[in-house]
Amino acid sequence: MYLLEMNHVKKAFDGQGVLRDISLSVKEGEIVSIIGPSGSGKSTLLRCATMLEEMDGGELNYLGEKAAWNGPDGKAIYAKGEKRKEIQKNYGLVFQNFHLFPHMTVLKNITDAPIHVQKRDKEEVYSEAMELLKKMGLEDKAEAYPCQLSGGQCQRVAIARALALNPRILFFDEPTSALDPELTGEVLKVIKSLADMHITMVIVTHEMAFAKDISDRIIFMADGVIVEEGTPEEVFSSSNERTQSFLGRYGEG
Amino acid sequence: MALTKILLQLAGGMWVSIQIFIVTLVFSLPLGLLVSFGRMSKNPVIRAIVKFYISVMRGTPLMLQLMVVYFGPYYLLGIKVGNGYRLWAAFIGFVINYAAYFAEIYRSGIQSMPVGQYEAAKLLGYTKPQTFFRIIFPQVVKRILPSVTNEVITLVKDTSLAFSISVLEMFAVAKALASSQTSLIPFVAAGLFYYVFNLIVAVGMEYIEKRMNYYQ
Repeated sequence: MYLLEMNHVKKAFDGQGVLRDISLSVKEGEIVSIIGPSGSGKSTLLRCATMLEEMDGGELNYLGEKAAWNGPDGKAIYAKGEKRKEIQKNYGLVFQNFHLFPHMTVLKNITDAPIHVQKRDKEEVYSEAMELLKKMGLEDKAEAYPCQLSGGQCQRVAIARALALNPRILFFDEPTSALDPELTGEVLKVIKSLADMHITMVIVTHEMAFAKDISDRIIFMADGVIVEEGTPEEVFSSSNERTQSFLGRYGEG
Repeated sequence: MALTKILLQLAGGMWVSIQIFIVTLVFSLPLGLLVSFGRMSKNPVIRAIVKFYISVMRGTPLMLQLMVVYFGPYYLLGIKVGNGYRLWAAFIGFVINYAAYFAEIYRSGIQSMPVGQYEAAKLLGYTKPQTFFRIIFPQVVKRILPSVTNEVITLVKDTSLAFSISVLEMFAVAKALASSQTSLIPFVAAGLFYYVFNLIVAVGMEYIEKRMNYYQ
């Protein structure tokens, strides 16, 4: 069974087709990178997968549970209430601009949702959060506020915050696009360490070398469709003209 | 009349002014939040009604509003109100007027919040009330504090308007004393009182603003 399954997803903004019949499935433990030029619909696809954006038509399933399906008129119908909440527990999202809560300390950013949303035991949540911070190399920043951290540190906190809810799958929406090359490195290192822990990930990124290195599968999107997908080797040595012209600009990754 | 006697009488008025000040803040601050929700409601009927209420409250003199609240029950409904209603009318008039101003301040703060905060909260599974009270509102408070300070300082001086419905607050007492004593001293003392009151308010608000500076 697929962890995530998106079928024939369509989404338009003001009549402008952004996603034109996209299908994507992700297995447990798989790491999928989505690459492509700006405006190709990569981020919109993630926003549809995480239900931040509602698709116009198509199906969205998590572990076989229907999050959205096509109604008789071809329009997507979404699961409501408790059902939707249950489905939402399956995934987490790391944003390009972190979106940490500025009025909470690093530790509180990570522990607030597990304690108040999942109603888990405080002590347990705190010790788990400290473990996560250690993994992120930020154990000395627990009591700091986000404004006191660098962009790279903020993004690592955001990753820890998403992980604290124990999602089955973690989405990354251009996690390093707001960072300079030095800070990018430290965030990519953390994401790589998650890969070693076999966490299922879908990553939208412009870091070609990173995508090539970390992914089981790469999806190349352009103009709202999937142009090509396959192993990193397949995509990076593709003979497809569109893929070549895009990757050409990155040299050989 | 001795100065001490003047000051003693003024002190009585001062206490009424302080009462109006406190009651207004205690009730208009939460009511204003409720009104701002109505102002931002998805329901167009609620939104229109609240918008009208705010525009009347902001578009007509507070003194006039106090008179309507005070005389309204008798002229409009024929209900005889006792003398004790004066202060209540002042409370009601001030609360509904300031709630309108505070509502607009809340709205400006709430609408200035970046959408990313809502999206992050949604992804983490917060319910809508949790999102508002745990994430949005604490940040809104910090953002609107300078505007609230402005409003609170205006309120200190506005309490003197209760004079128009014969509530014996500070200003009414000072005016009566000034004419009976043919002296300017009661006015000077009253002015000093408002000034010191506002000084305390300003220092208090500055303290709160500093305490909110634990993050940028």
